[in-house]
Formats: sequence, C-alpha cells, structure tokens
Amino acid sequence: MEKKRVTLPLTEELAKTLKAGDEVLLTGTIYTSRDAGHKRMCEALARGEKLPFNPENATIYYVGPTPAKPGQVIGSAGPTTSGRMDAYAPTMMSVGARGMIGKGARLPEVVDAMKKYSGVYFGAIGGAGALLARCIKKCELVAYEDLGAEALRELYVEDMPLVVIIDSEGNNLYELGRQDYLASKK
Amino acid sequence: MREIQTQQIIDVIEKLCIDANNHLPEDVKCAIKNCRACEDGQIACGVLDNIIENFEIADNENLPICQDTGMACVFLEIGQDVHIVGGDLTEAINEGVRRGYKNGYLRKSVVADPVRRGNTGDNTPAMIYTEIVPGDKIKITLGPKGFGSENMSAVRMFKPSAGLQGIKDFIIETVEAAGPNPCPPIVIGVGIGGTFDKAALLAKKAIMRPLDTSNPDPYYADLEKEMLEKVNQLGIGPQGFGGKTTAIGLNIEVLPTHIAGMPCAININCHVTRHKTEVI
Repeated sequence: MEKKRVTLPLTEELAKTLKAGDEVLLTGTIYTSRDAGHKRMCEALARGEKLPFNPENATIYYVGPTPAKPGQVIGSAGPTTSGRMDAYAPTMMSVGARGMIGKGARLPEVVDAMKKYSGVYFGAIGGAGALLARCIKKCELVAYEDLGAEALRELYVEDMPLVVIIDSEGNNLYELGRQDYLASKK
Repeated sequence: MREIQTQQIIDVIEKLCIDANNHLPEDVKCAIKNCRACEDGQIACGVLDNIIENFEIADNENLPICQDTGMACVFLEIGQDVHIVGGDLTEAINEGVRRGYKNGYLRKSVVADPVRRGNTGDNTPAMIYTEIVPGDKIKITLGPKGFGSENMSAVRMFKPSAGLQGIKDFIIETVEAAGPNPCPPIVIGVGIGGTFDKAALLAKKAIMRPLDTSNPDPYYADLEKEMLEKVNQLGIGPQGFGGKTTAIGLNIEVLPTHIAGMPCAININCHVTRHKTEVI
C-alpha cells in the first residue's frame, strides 16, 4: 500500500482524511511528553494556567528518548505505551491537542474524546528507537527540564513512518487488522 | 581461593550495560529474520523490516536499540572458590551500572520510590541475583529490562488440579491481555513450580535463555513448541496490527514445587530481548 504523506499541523480537516490502517510519513513540528509531563500539564490546566506550548492542532509524541551523544540531534526515540496517558489524553484534546503518537491500546474514554474532538492516534514502531531517531531533525527543550527524559521538547520530524491506529471516527486497527488477518486464514 | 577485584566487576558491568543495549543477541536477530520470512500480514511485513533495519542501525552506529534501556537486571554465578576484594560487591555492581548508563548515553529510567517516585538519575539500583556455584570464576549476565513488556507480565498460584491445561490457558490469556502493549513480536518466558517468588525468577531466566535452545526435558521442549505455535495463531501480529508473528520465542523453565501448589509466572519481553554475558 502507498504511504500517505502528512504535513502538520493536524487541522480538523486533515484529521478527518486519515483512516485506521493508513500508513503515513509524517512531517512537521510535534511535542514530546509522557507520564510526569502529562501530569504536570493537566495540573496546570486545572489551575487555569496556560500550557508551555500552543496545543491548538498539536501532535504529542509519547516518548522519553535516550540522551543525545555528541553530534546527535536526539538519542534513540521510540514510542512508550500510550495507555498510561489515557487519564490525561481527553483533557489534552479538550484544549486542542489533536494528534497522539505512541503504541498500545487506549481506553474507550480516549476514543470517545477522539470522536468528539476529531483526534487521531498514530502508532510508531515500539522498539525501533534508533530508526525513528533518524526522522527527528530538530529537538529543542520547551519546559520541565527537571524531568530529564520526560521533559517537554519540540521536535521537527521528516517522513516519520507511522500507522493510523485509531481514527477520528473511532475505527481501531488493533481490532480491524487482527480480524482481517484471521479472516484471511479461514 | 582466587581473588577478584571489585574494580574488574565495575569495568565488566559498565561494558555489559552498553553492549547489551546497543547490540541484539544473534539468536534474537535470527528469530526475527526467520519470522519475517514466514510473515504474510499486510502491514506486518513492513513492521518487521523496520525492526530489522533498526537493530542493524543500532549495531553499526553503537546506538541503543530502544529508548527504554531498562532496569539493569544482573545475574551473578559466583564460584565458591572466589574471594571478592577491594570493596562491596553490591556497590561495585551499581557503580558499573552508573558508569555504563552515563558513558553509554543510556536512559535513566529508575525511580527511588515506587509510590513517591523521583528519578535516581543514574539508573541504579540494579536488580541483583546471586547464585553460589562450584569453581573459581564469576559469570555475569546483564539483561536490561524494559517496562512496556514487564507491565504485561503475570503470576498465578494454581491448584494442582488445574493441570497442564491451566498453564496453557494462562499463557494464552496473558498474551491476549497484553495485546499490542508490549511491542510484539514478543518473547515469552514461563516459569512453573518453586514458590511464588521463584516462579517469577524462573520466568525472567527463561527470557534470557537463547531462542535457539529448548528446555532439556522433551516434555517441556514440546510444550514450548506447541504454545509458540498457538500464540502465533492469535493473529495479534507485529505491533498488534494483525499478522502471524505475535511471538518470536517461548521458553519454559521449571522447578520442583509443593504438594499443594503449581505456581506459574509469565514474563513478557519485547522483540528487543537483550542480554549479554561475560565470565571473569
């Protein structure tokens, strides 16, 4: 199947063109955050504060990279398990962050929020951190430096290989892909 | 009595941390490539190609295969004729880990307290297992363990009446529940017998055993084959996108147990099943 080239930001219009099972090459600016960063951002929002980045149409990559070696933009940078961000994802979507990159299953509450806010959940290959780091052309610290690997960073990625796992209508590749494969064996 | 300096242990642990994280064992590479050759899932083939490309990049450029460079699990087989001199063994192991994770640009993923959290900043402490064996050498195996897969592991205390079928169902149930979360294709370590804690340790040892070996008991060797085949009929596939390759290996380790019990532990690992051994 031909891979779709997708250029960020992830507007509502663009999000609706993406379907579960689409293989995409993503280009544009994304933000990194995982457990501790999400907790901090959601606490800030609860206090009525602004986030350290503009969440409108933003895409968040659930990643905690290894430290960059001298001369490297970033160390190995594959996705972490997204389910741990399920408690925070609907809040993040409610302030405009539409795209999520990670791996693993999501709760129904997250899928409901995705349908409401036209969210897209992309899968990056878990355990392919050295390969994925090659797509990351720029990396800048935005906030939460004290969190180390979990700090909030702005990345510029080029042709990052991803698969749409859950689309804005709630279709889920984890269910469909497995069903199709098993049906093909009958 | 042969004397071994703690400095030598520090140096070896440092090196093993870096090597294990950057270079996948040959048996694991081989298992992934064999699975790629048999895969027929649509997205699955591309995923396996990327996984192969990834470990080749890591090999050639000395980069961590995965950003989760894990907790350092250290297994020591200490010869009973060895005398360790020059300091505290535990501190030496932790110093080796500290240096390896710093000098190898590996991620520090350990928090000081399970509830109150707080990163220790140097990936210590290591999880250390020691065994006293005959001889005058120390065999050190270091296996960095990522937690995407560790979180999907399970222990169950079966009644003996559950029998073999109970174990088989538990394996399938655990792999099903893990689904896409542990970054399939996975390696499954099964520990049966012993006590509650020993079963879990056996399961961890099982994932460290090379994938081109079988349990020496033909009964369990056959069970390994049968269950790997069953797991690969589930259709979960690489990354959970559907396909044949849900697991690249399934190893079983067993121990005698109590008349009243049949403990069983399943340790899940991802395709980045890392371990490196050196004998001093």
